[in-house]
Amino acid sequence: MISLIDYGAGNMASVRKAFEHLALETEIIDKPAQISKATKLVLPGVGNFKSLEKLEQTGMRAAIQESVARGVPFLGICLGMQWLFETSTEAPEVLGLGIFPGKCARFTETPRSLHVGWNQISFCNGSSRLFQGIADGSYFYFTHSYWCPIENSSSATTQFQTEFAAALEKKNVFGMQFHPEKSGDSGLRILKNFGELPC
Amino acid sequence: MLSKRIIACLDVSGGRVVKGTKFVALRDAGDPAELARFHAEGGADEVVFLDISATRENRTTLLDAVRRTASQIFVPFTVGGGVRSFEEAAALFDCGADKMTINSAAVVNPKLITTIAKRFGSQAVVVAVDAKRAGSSYGVWVKGGTEPTDRDAVTWAREAQECGAGEIMLTSIDQDGMRSGFDCELTARVSEAVSIPVIASGGAGSGGHFIDVFTKGKADAALAASIFHFGLQNARELKQELQKSGIPVRLPC
Repeated sequence: MISLIDYGAGNMASVRKAFEHLALETEIIDKPAQISKATKLVLPGVGNFKSLEKLEQTGMRAAIQESVARGVPFLGICLGMQWLFETSTEAPEVLGLGIFPGKCARFTETPRSLHVGWNQISFCNGSSRLFQGIADGSYFYFTHSYWCPIENSSSATTQFQTEFAAALEKKNVFGMQFHPEKSGDSGLRILKNFGELPC
Repeated sequence: MLSKRIIACLDVSGGRVVKGTKFVALRDAGDPAELARFHAEGGADEVVFLDISATRENRTTLLDAVRRTASQIFVPFTVGGGVRSFEEAAALFDCGADKMTINSAAVVNPKLITTIAKRFGSQAVVVAVDAKRAGSSYGVWVKGGTEPTDRDAVTWAREAQECGAGEIMLTSIDQDGMRSGFDCELTARVSEAVSIPVIASGGAGSGGHFIDVFTKGKADAALAASIFHFGLQNARELKQELQKSGIPVRLPC
């Protein structure tokens, strides 16, 4: 069972649909007790970093922290990956999970302030579990205006204005700045790989 | 490198895909869900589903067709046509749309852009601008391109961005359905005035037209409907042609 964390702002339908297409069972959860019971967690995300404060307010942040420490596989998508850092300049008062050091920053205004569309990723090392079966240089669909810094756990990077982290992987914690659920067959393969990780 | 997007557009009326010439004289070109999958597999970067009957005939968008279509494709899926309220937008997202386009209702009430963007994020809000040349500038038309307004297309695109739009879908009414090329001048003017992506629409008839709109028109993405529906080219063939001309495109394996 893959548990999708609902914090009231994300569009859960697309991610759920993609897992269902892969015949992977999903549930949508929004309570700390549900998080503690989950064996695989996904935090889909769109919108503003500020909306993630709900995770703190509802006690879900602490529950996620505890589950991640126990080794439960966790996948943060887009805003959900940004939340794995300390914070974002989009809403500096909102605490991220802080698993990765640094904060997310905004793209400059010109000529384009949003990174929208299909971009190629470059692998940082060959040992990523989620990129099994994916070729280096594959295209994925991005849509975001804040970017995560590259650090030791970056498993792939991409280029738009600057080079930044496209994916992260550290033990049981994974992040994707792009949307695997919207990236055709390559994206579905990543979700399948996540679904097949041992619990 | 960020690629230029080729977007397959399904103009839908009465649950069937149609494509008009200058928004009139429609021809039946098939089932939306089937065509959406066909285009996604054929290399289209996104699929757009526009209920062109909705505004004019005061009909709500066909949610069932949206649901069927959304369950079959795993590339970005945008739906619009006749969206008048936050609730109607929310219903589209519930049915699996990733983005929605808003046109006439945003012109009447730009705050609607902000309301939808605050809840679903700017990336989910595409403001559709239907523009028609008027002397040396371009006016905004609404209600499926049948009614003029006093707005200027470039100014309105910038205002829509300030209200929270994530993308502009810019249609040239003059070129729509003509297959004689995009209006590159219109596209470049809007593209230079905003910092969000501009999707060019109206007039696609050959690969060269796409090259022009990506270079001269400075478009981030381009929409095509009849060029695909009637078998002139699929997205993969089109992209191979674009790649030869140095346009960055995603070539699916």
